[in-house]
Amino acid sequence: MQLETVKKVKKPLLQVNDLKQYFPIKGGLFGRTVNHVKAVDGVSFDIYEGETVSIVGESGCGKSTTGRAILRLEEPTDGKVTFQDKDLLGLSKRKMRNMRKDLQVIFQDPYASLNPRQTVGRILEEALEILNVVPKKERPQRVKELLEQVGLQAEFADRFPHEFSGGQRQRIGIARALAVEPKLIICDEAVSALDVSVQAQILNLLKKLQRQYNLTYLFISHDLGVVRHISDRVIVMYLGRVVEIADKKSLFENPQHPYTKALLSAIPEASRKRKKERMILKGDVPSPIDPPTGCRFHTRCPLATEQCKVKTPEVRQVGPEHFVACDVI
Amino acid sequence: MFVFIARRIFQMIPVLLGVTLVVFLIMQMVPGDPAVLLAGESASDEQVQQIRSQLGLDEPVVTQYFTYVKNVAQGDLGTSIRTNRPVIDEILTRLPITIELAFWSILVTIVLGLLAGIISATKQYSFSDISLMVVALLGVSLPNFWLGLMLILYFSVKIQIFPVSGWGTFMHVILPALTLGTGGAAIVARMTRSSMLEVIRQDYIRTAKAKGVKERIIVYKHALKNALIPVITVVGLQFGALLGGTVLTETVFAINGIGRLIIDAIRMRDMPVVQGTILVVSIIFVLVNMIVDISYRFLNKRIDLN
Amino acid sequence: MNKQDQDVLVVKNLKTHFFTEDKVTKAVDGVDFKVKRGETLGIVGESGCGKSMTSLSIMRLVPSPPGKIVDGEILFKGENLLDKSEEEMRKVRGNEISMIFQEPMTSLNPVYTVGEQIAEAIRIHQNAGKKEAWNKAVDMLKLVGMPSPEKRAKQEPHELSGGMRQRVMIAIALACNPELLIADEPTTALDVTIQAQILDLLKKLQNELGTAIVMITHDLGVVAETCDKVAVMYAGKVVEYTDVDSLFENPKHPYTEGLLNSIPKLDEDVEELQAIRGSVPSPSDLPKGCLFAPRCPYARELCHQSLPDLTEMDGEIKVRCWMHTEEWKREDTPITNDKDQTDSDKGVTLYAAGNS
Ligand SMILES: Nc1ncnc2c1ncn2[C@@H]1O[C@H](COP(=O)(O)OP(=O)(O)OP(=O)(O)O)[C@@H](O)[C@H]1O
Ligand SMILES: Nc1ncnc2c1ncn2[C@@H]1O[C@H](COP(=O)(O)OP(=O)(O)OP(=O)(O)O)[C@@H](O)[C@H]1O
Ligand code: SF4
Ligand SMILES: [Mg+2]
Ligand SMILES: [Mg+2]
Repeated sequence: MQLETVKKVKKPLLQVNDLKQYFPIKGGLFGRTVNHVKAVDGVSFDIYEGETVSIVGESGCGKSTTGRAILRLEEPTDGKVTFQDKDLLGLSKRKMRNMRKDLQVIFQDPYASLNPRQTVGRILEEALEILNVVPKKERPQRVKELLEQVGLQAEFADRFPHEFSGGQRQRIGIARALAVEPKLIICDEAVSALDVSVQAQILNLLKKLQRQYNLTYLFISHDLGVVRHISDRVIVMYLGRVVEIADKKSLFENPQHPYTKALLSAIPEASRKRKKERMILKGDVPSPIDPPTGCRFHTRCPLATEQCKVKTPEVRQVGPEHFVACDVI
Repeated sequence: MFVFIARRIFQMIPVLLGVTLVVFLIMQMVPGDPAVLLAGESASDEQVQQIRSQLGLDEPVVTQYFTYVKNVAQGDLGTSIRTNRPVIDEILTRLPITIELAFWSILVTIVLGLLAGIISATKQYSFSDISLMVVALLGVSLPNFWLGLMLILYFSVKIQIFPVSGWGTFMHVILPALTLGTGGAAIVARMTRSSMLEVIRQDYIRTAKAKGVKERIIVYKHALKNALIPVITVVGLQFGALLGGTVLTETVFAINGIGRLIIDAIRMRDMPVVQGTILVVSIIFVLVNMIVDISYRFLNKRIDLN
Repeated sequence: MNKQDQDVLVVKNLKTHFFTEDKVTKAVDGVDFKVKRGETLGIVGESGCGKSMTSLSIMRLVPSPPGKIVDGEILFKGENLLDKSEEEMRKVRGNEISMIFQEPMTSLNPVYTVGEQIAEAIRIHQNAGKKEAWNKAVDMLKLVGMPSPEKRAKQEPHELSGGMRQRVMIAIALACNPELLIADEPTTALDVTIQAQILDLLKKLQNELGTAIVMITHDLGVVAETCDKVAVMYAGKVVEYTDVDSLFENPKHPYTEGLLNSIPKLDEDVEELQAIRGSVPSPSDLPKGCLFAPRCPYARELCHQSLPDLTEMDGEIKVRCWMHTEEWKREDTPITNDKDQTDSDKGVTLYAAGNS
């Protein structure tokens, strides 16, 4: 399933190949593995230096798990991840920790990822310590700058994580990821708790940093407005698999996969006037515990044929930057 | 789970080998010759020599060690130099006493510790919190032989409700168990308190309140199970300290348990007994640690045992 | 029917402050609104402006110490919740008023299965047996769109994805058919399809049972879709209270206007989003005039001098801004803030060491 891309000139910063993450389901008296959640089941994509790639898809389709597997926060079951020509899954634990300087993550659950016993200033200083280019004396000053960059007051450095609002905590997570000056940041719902104005500030900041330092983002979000604004390319996932990858323009203006079409039609509009027809998907949401055979979308797909029930569709190229995994269209 | 337990038992083997080796070496290095001790001051050189070869003490040290390990593997811990009885028998007659003492002591540690910790945490900064924590602070710093003596002085000598020493009835258990368990209880209480206070601040406790759950159930169901996770480690560690404490406590209360056995054996340079007892105590310790790990697993399935 | 019966919730001049060693953080500082039976009130506003604290105050779950409700009234069906005993409140919580918390990740107990956590609410308030409550919990999971609900009910929170946990929170809150539902960012982790499904579910509940909903969200799409009335908050105060149509067509307060301008549009590509410049004033150093004045493109001298009241305009619309008052017309000092200056003019100094 290796995806050939036309961007020959640019070098991929991150290559993900046939990544799989199965979680065992324990059952019975002695906790034997009775089944698996196939959270990520053969996902491949490339990310080029300096671009923003978004992953969208239904809740529970394996977006966060993909991000975590790339960073080996949970060891993936199978697959290959190459970052700057290094095989990440082959690295020792210690070498992998060193890689984390270049590979940062902003977690979907900001609160759970902040040490409750440390002040925010301490949390950020600790991140700076890892980097070790900011001299110790200047660190408090840097911490202040970081906080201000994400729209928080410098005096908040003395507070503990539980003393913040949801959106403020999320911005602390962002500041921490930026502190170590990484090359790639995985932003898992990184702006989901922010009001639109602060969100706009943060998105502008991320874009600006990208221009200045050639940063690369893997952006996971449900907010398709945000995705459209920030991304160069978009990956659509469904039940642990990639169903469509395309540059932003093709994807939003000319979606190919029936799931992508349904997803785009469900976006609520921030206005009362334009009410559009929604394409409501029929049928129960299948579970990654026993995923449907063939094309995983066939149980809910309006176009499904008999063949879709048995044959897993291959990823095909349908445009210069547009790939889709559906045999019918 | 099965696999896990099997693996832990397997992992015990090198640990125990290590223990035998260390004990063996220490006994080799301490001055004093067991053959001389056994034969008596007036014995001739030949007599001593004879005893020596009888016990295998004239073989090279390495051979002595391997012979020992081989025997242990077959359940033979050797013969006591002092009493001439098999070491395993010596240990088995005394082990139940120590296990009983340890059981009641750890119960004191857990029950007193948890209760005090929970009360302190739920009534933070109240009078009972502060007084409990002062007591706990004292409890941590008191040496337990001193506590034992004080308890004997007051309860056995002055008001005479408990026997001074010896073993047999439940009344005999109470004072030694208190002596041995209190230090641990104090540590557990402090740990429980800080762990509970942290858990009570968590968002999921707020969720429980928002559901309309009763205060008592919030404390004992929602908070305690989470708060216990760090406490269990402490209890496991306390068990080690407690085994050490039996030596003094059994001496103070004149209880014929493993602790006293060790003391006597060391005094007599009765090497097989010392080695055997330490080995048995180590097995118990490793087993307890395994139980701690398993209870972790029950409390929190997120901990990956592998 | 008199008016009292209709207003399920009336919040008057609510003030919730945090008292830390040397300073007072006025998280909520004078909030007024009301919600009628079967109505949805949206609360929107800048991150950290006190939306969650307002809702926690209604539930009487403000972390205390350091937080304290220092003033105001919260009338639920005519009774002041602030006068109730802890035991009386317990019977209200989860039963008559329930709440969906903002952070589903940390709001679920890590050591119990999600099924148990939903069933608990049912057991407490509906006198249901263990089995019955469990079955109802599984039904609830199904209702919120959880795939294989029977299997999922037996999993612990860490085994679920973000959006699944959020749906578990929703299931807990809806389990006992509350009369008032406070939903604090209930759809942040949901994809648009599931979100639509959840919003439909809420609407159905509202139609069948007349539930009043307080919907805290920054997703203005959700506001447009579900809300009847909207309260816009800024730095602990309500700055605009309006119906949803006027909010989008005719925003009165400059902050509301800025907020609407910041939404990334789906049909146009811009290099940079239009954010409101600057950031919220420091809570321990609030400006003495209008709290928005340092960032407001229309601010005049008057705005920096004194704080405007929340004044009624036409109908039920209320605004806290000098622009809509008589004084404004008399005032002729020039605009004090330069409207064109944006944040991007300032250099970004985030990467101190440079990334070569
Ligand atoms: N324990 C605390 N001590 C001091 N200040 C606090 C504490 N908890 C919250 N705050 C402050 O109270 C203010 C209001 O917080 P709140 O959670 O209500 O914000 P919010 O409007 O819900 O924001 P968001 O949209 O980011 O969730 C914030 O500025 C926050 O920093
Ligand atoms: N530790 C785990 N143990 C078992 N199953 C897990 C675990 N982590 C995730 N899963 C399962 O993997 C699947 C994918 O989860 P993931 O968190 O990646 O979803 P997601 O796409 O990020 O969804 P959301 O948008 O809701 O956050 C889900 O079915 C989830 O239940
Ligand atoms: S009162 Fe003045 S500063 Fe405040 S919002 Fe209105 S115009 Fe702007
Ligand atoms: Mg996720
Ligand atoms: Mg909030």
